[in-house]
Amino acid sequence: MPAVEVIGLTKHFTRRQGRRRVRVTALDGVSFTVARGECVAVLGCNGSGKSTLVRVLSTLLLHDGGSARVFGHDVRRDEREVRRLVNRVSVEAAFFKRLSANENLSYAARFYGLTPAYTRGRVPEILAAVGFPARRAAAPMEDLSRGMQQKVALARALLTSPTLLLLDEPTTGLDPRAKREVQAFVGEVRRTHDTTTLLCTHDMAEAEVLADRVGILDGGRLLALDTSAALRRRYGAATLEEAFMAATGRVLEDAGDDDDEEAA
Amino acid sequence: MSPATGAWRGQAIALMGVVERNSYLVKRYGWWELAFFAWTVANTLTIVFIAKGVEATGGQLDVERQAASLLIGAVIWSYLGIIFEILTETVAWERWEGTIEYTFMAPLARPVHLLGMGTFGVLYGLLRTAALFGVVALFFGLAFPHADFAAALVLLAVASVSFVGIGMVTAILPLVSPEKGAQLGFIAQGLLLVVSGVYYPVDVMPGWMQAIATISPATYALHGIRATVLDGAGLGAVWGDLWPLLVLGTVAIPLGLAVFAAGERYAKRHGKLKRSG
Repeated sequence: MPAVEVIGLTKHFTRRQGRRRVRVTALDGVSFTVARGECVAVLGCNGSGKSTLVRVLSTLLLHDGGSARVFGHDVRRDEREVRRLVNRVSVEAAFFKRLSANENLSYAARFYGLTPAYTRGRVPEILAAVGFPARRAAAPMEDLSRGMQQKVALARALLTSPTLLLLDEPTTGLDPRAKREVQAFVGEVRRTHDTTTLLCTHDMAEAEVLADRVGILDGGRLLALDTSAALRRRYGAATLEEAFMAATGRVLEDAGDDDDEEAA
Repeated sequence: MSPATGAWRGQAIALMGVVERNSYLVKRYGWWELAFFAWTVANTLTIVFIAKGVEATGGQLDVERQAASLLIGAVIWSYLGIIFEILTETVAWERWEGTIEYTFMAPLARPVHLLGMGTFGVLYGLLRTAALFGVVALFFGLAFPHADFAAALVLLAVASVSFVGIGMVTAILPLVSPEKGAQLGFIAQGLLLVVSGVYYPVDVMPGWMQAIATISPATYALHGIRATVLDGAGLGAVWGDLWPLLVLGTVAIPLGLAVFAAGERYAKRHGKLKRSG
């Protein structure tokens, strides 16, 4: 059974343009599978549909057509089962900013049914594993750097032992050192846990280093999904970036959340 | 442990997680809490002073009884406001902080999530309103020699079920309409304030408003609690207020959950279940 099975997934939004409402296609018949334990990176520009795909798989968005399954569970019908298996790190390390890392992780763990006794022992361990200094664990999140916050976001996701980890531009906006640390930890998780990873990113090097296969998403369509080497061969490109440009005719710029489509 | 027992246990832990999170927020925003409490005390003093003011301008009334009646109105209104605020603002607050996606993709069942918020609202509301009642009663030297506080608490507990149910309905508004949702919640709250006899008897209102008052749980809660605190009425004597509260509570929670579920489906279909706009 594949970890993720997406077949003909479509999603449209309606956007206001002045007085008119315009239909925007966020996902246009996307199909792919991800094997258990595999890491698949999805490359795409802003508005390509990356975050929409992640939000459908996170059960936060209802798709219009096609189907999406996580370990055999339909994301629409078996919502609760899917939620037990999935966790996520997004571009914004979203927390209650006045609460500390300890407090944010503690209540979040409770939402997954983890007992206070388990969490008390596990939170310091997991914070140490992501390289978060123990002395800052009681400080409000708003006093932490962006890199530190993102480490806590990784800890929050891994605390619940997800079998599918959705990483939506987890290193965008981080300084080079923090980016390397987060990438190293994601690699470590892959080596030591039974975790399947879907990584949406702008960062070609990140995709090359972390992913077994790389997908190119453009205008809601998945143009290609293969190993980095196979993609370069297919497009006669020397680098993954050139392959992306050949496939889409665009340059992959570095930016934040691409999921700004919304129904009016 | 059977899978069913494990699932129930997991949801019970999740419910406590909601209470735990809100407790952390109260602790971390301690100065805000203090400021809100001071404002509520000042507001309640102002309302209770109306009884003194009427007497001073030559009005004929039992000042002590009228002041106590106004105090009960202000305190119950404050309690209702806290429950509404916890339920409505928590959803709005989560949007603002960006945590909403993480909360809504967690495996805690939505009824458990909402009941957790309701539970915190009731516990926190009881503490705040008890403190408010004590401070203002002390300020005016009000005594309640005949009060049956146990009966009043039972009435408040039963009324809380309806308050939480209505709060669930208003809680979905910020999700469905991020810009206008919270304001619509205030309108619903304002409607209850006007029709429920918070500061005056329901029968002074026009007939159509009295008709609306019959479906407001606050109407029965206020009438019953005034009878228990001012006249020492027991539960048997306030049965006429208690049974409508039981009926409204039975309807309000399923209605609140159904409306919230429909709103959540709408938000998920239209991409509104996310951290901004």
